[in-house]
Amino acid sequence: MTASSPTTIKNVQSVSGITVRLAGDSGDGMQLLGTQLTNTSALAGNDVATFPDFPAEIRAPRGTRAGVSGFQVQFASEEIFTPGDVLDALVVMNPAAMVTNLSDLRKGGILIANEDGFNDKEFKLAKVESNPLDASVIEETYRVVKVPMTTLTRDAVSSFDLGVKLADRCKNFFAMGLVYWLFGRSLEPTLRFIEAKFGKKPDVAAANVAALRAGWAFGETTEAFGESYQVEAAELVPGTYRNIMGNQAIAMGLVAASRISGKDMFYGTYPITPASDILHELTKFKNFGVRTFQAEDEIAAICSTIGAAFGGSMAVTASSGPGIALKGEAMGLGMILELPMIIIDVQRGGPSTGLPTKTEQSDLLQAMFGRNGESPLPVLAPRSPGDCFDIAIEAWRLAVECMCPVIILSDGYIANGSEPWRIPKIADLPKIKITHPEGSDGETAFKPYQRDENLARPWAVPGTPGLMHRVGGLEKEDVTGNVSYDPDNHQHMTDTRAAKVKMIADRVPPQDVFGAETGDLLVVSWGGTYGSNHTAVDRVRKAGHKISHIHLRYLNPMPANVGKLLKSFKKVVVPELNSGQLRMLLRSEHLVDCIGINKVQGKPFSVTELVERFTEIVVAAENE
Amino acid sequence: MSLPVLKAADFASDQDVRWCPGCGDYSILAQMKKVLPELGVPREKIVFISGIGCSSRFPYYMNTYGMHSIHGRAPGFATGLKSTRPDLMVWVITGDGDALSIGGNHFIHMLRRNIDVNVVLFNNRIYGLTKGQYSPTSKEGQITKSTPMGSIDHPIMPLSLALAAEATFVARSIDAHVKHLGETLARAAAHKGTSLVEVYQNCNVFNDGAMAYAQEKKQRAQNVIELQHGKPLIFDEGKKGIRLVGNHLEIVNTADVPADDLLIHDEKAPNPSIHMMLARMSYPEMPEPIGVLRAVEGVATYDDQINAQVETAKSTKGEGDLDKLFSAGDTWTVK
Repeated sequence: MTASSPTTIKNVQSVSGITVRLAGDSGDGMQLLGTQLTNTSALAGNDVATFPDFPAEIRAPRGTRAGVSGFQVQFASEEIFTPGDVLDALVVMNPAAMVTNLSDLRKGGILIANEDGFNDKEFKLAKVESNPLDASVIEETYRVVKVPMTTLTRDAVSSFDLGVKLADRCKNFFAMGLVYWLFGRSLEPTLRFIEAKFGKKPDVAAANVAALRAGWAFGETTEAFGESYQVEAAELVPGTYRNIMGNQAIAMGLVAASRISGKDMFYGTYPITPASDILHELTKFKNFGVRTFQAEDEIAAICSTIGAAFGGSMAVTASSGPGIALKGEAMGLGMILELPMIIIDVQRGGPSTGLPTKTEQSDLLQAMFGRNGESPLPVLAPRSPGDCFDIAIEAWRLAVECMCPVIILSDGYIANGSEPWRIPKIADLPKIKITHPEGSDGETAFKPYQRDENLARPWAVPGTPGLMHRVGGLEKEDVTGNVSYDPDNHQHMTDTRAAKVKMIADRVPPQDVFGAETGDLLVVSWGGTYGSNHTAVDRVRKAGHKISHIHLRYLNPMPANVGKLLKSFKKVVVPELNSGQLRMLLRSEHLVDCIGINKVQGKPFSVTELVERFTEIVVAAENE
Repeated sequence: MSLPVLKAADFASDQDVRWCPGCGDYSILAQMKKVLPELGVPREKIVFISGIGCSSRFPYYMNTYGMHSIHGRAPGFATGLKSTRPDLMVWVITGDGDALSIGGNHFIHMLRRNIDVNVVLFNNRIYGLTKGQYSPTSKEGQITKSTPMGSIDHPIMPLSLALAAEATFVARSIDAHVKHLGETLARAAAHKGTSLVEVYQNCNVFNDGAMAYAQEKKQRAQNVIELQHGKPLIFDEGKKGIRLVGNHLEIVNTADVPADDLLIHDEKAPNPSIHMMLARMSYPEMPEPIGVLRAVEGVATYDDQINAQVETAKSTKGEGDLDKLFSAGDTWTVK
């Protein structure tokens, strides 16, 4: 197919950034549309950030509010850290999508509605009394463009003999074409995508291309739009980039860690939203020596992981909150066996099944304490989709240095979100050195619990002559590893395991600070809320306030200088998508009062809400 | 250079064995130590993995690699280990509570995957370590600490369950029948795929004599049939046999029926129906079979297949290249 993008002859207005949300019925192809728009924008050199938002049901009843699936993307000519708060444009495929999303569209923003989706049947499904597009307030508040997308798509693909159902499925490509015209996006990457995805079904491919081009042509010809918008490339750090999603980045980080440590990887897991995509990604890496095991349940998954770790492999398991709860007992075993492995928790709304497709940060205390007995483990959290790559490597480094399981706390927002990722040079990746004790003649007894300078015990693997030893959940005698019920030994081993984790604080980089190291207000955040916190702090700083930001990637232990930083500000605020879990840890560990900004609505923080609260608190601090 | 010849004592660890005096576990431990040197596998290539329970202390007493894990989950650990280390000989040591109650799920999936591990299931029909509650194999009506009015659970028959899970090797032996036990363990070790050996084991503290009908020499002849491949099912010193009538098994006097009428044991039969009938024979209505009920070779093992897929991927896609992986798809360059 000739991949060519037409050029507009209408006016083009240059803007610094656009936030657009595409919303329709789940099944309308909104996620696909969003992903394509993101990739295309990233390829145009924009910085991009995305927020897919979809229902937990595979197909919630069509046309209902519960069935609305949305995808938000911000693309900009400057560095951005969030998918944006207020929408410049909203595309809705039906009334339900309109009424559930309209409140986020800014005044004067563009509302593009698929007019064909607005009829009596749809009004009933969306539980609206009349056509919401007809309300006079809508016309007065927004720039409304009604497009009969279904009809226009059917016309555009009529020569392909697809049947009505298949023809109608092309309408998301029509919408895409229109959006591409409006924001000056090139059609080429999507034309390539269509070729790759539908190449084996030439009719479908051709129809989608026709719909895409028809959407573009509609924008160019309709009088509804007098001009289109252009977002210039962002000034990012030089390098080669690709767009990457969090779960994809974690999978690539794991495989990279496996390579740079010279270990084949074993991944034992059980499917659960939003962690499953890590499995799907890793199954593609078998030629890297990756073995994936879909176990019968979460418990078998982590047990297989521990078995593989005992055998000398790089061993990883992942789940989400409810699955991590099931893994608790085995995590304790992994901890007392002192074997290296990675346990990933892609958090979602809880408790119990909670909000499976929505984001939350409420497993922090589970990660810290969700095991019986004294069972401290290192806990790390990536701050963005791209950071998942680095965290995976760092987790494996710490796991082998300490000989213990390391927990990674990701979340649904990072896992499904995407951003441009500067592709690392393999040579620049840190090396991870692993040594296994060599075989002996068995003359001197092997000491499986003798420790090195990191308090780590040797990783002696089955198959090595002379090092036969038994591990297990019963308390081990120091040095020999024999079962011991001695009270003093139990105290000593408990203290040693805790000290081993605590000592990591001295081997991780000191906590960096955005802003001054003293001031009126310190914002402390962790995990996927980095972007909104960073952007909000930046704004409040630019308004002239003495506010700084630290974002913790190491949660247990925290970098050694965190305590000092907390005490260097008049006030400390901790925004979290939970009821105050990090705040509880900071208060108990450092005896510093902290103010919480807490939200459990299944939604990320908006920058605006944080700016408001930060300003309120910093002004109060200034007046103290 | 000649390889050292190992003896049973070489497989004993330096740890004191702490089972109750008179426990049937001692006999199983002794037979294991006796069988292993005959297999010619170096000690460092052998791993024992257990769950929780009296039986599960077993790995501590073997001078091999070992892991005492968590309740019911030994199959999971064994799966991860064997999938990544097919060069090792892995034994799973479990009990009736461990394998069939808390670990029932894992037990089934280990068998249907046909992971190449050897499972020894110590069955004493009682919870020993938690001091005397009924187990999934306890008889209906059994009075225990947790069932003062008698157990109302219908018991599980471990061998039937294993066959239903598509097990490729299913056998049974008895702690007190040491020669038979040793031979059965050796057969299990030789099998490629999951091998299950149920061992009737006496808990002389909490369920003493529960299986005396099979253990005591005097009773054994009447109550137990020793299965042998290609041989007719005969017991009670040749006086009685088993014949297949319609769709059930019945006991006959060998004096009354021609030898050709007796059921000939075929452990290799691809269809497990007869094996299932044997597994369901239970005292006191029927003599209980010991020996190998089923031994089907040639079924692909999970560990072989997971590793074969890795090799296939390497040969078709080439050894993984991180640079290529990272740069796949659409990329752009910022200068």
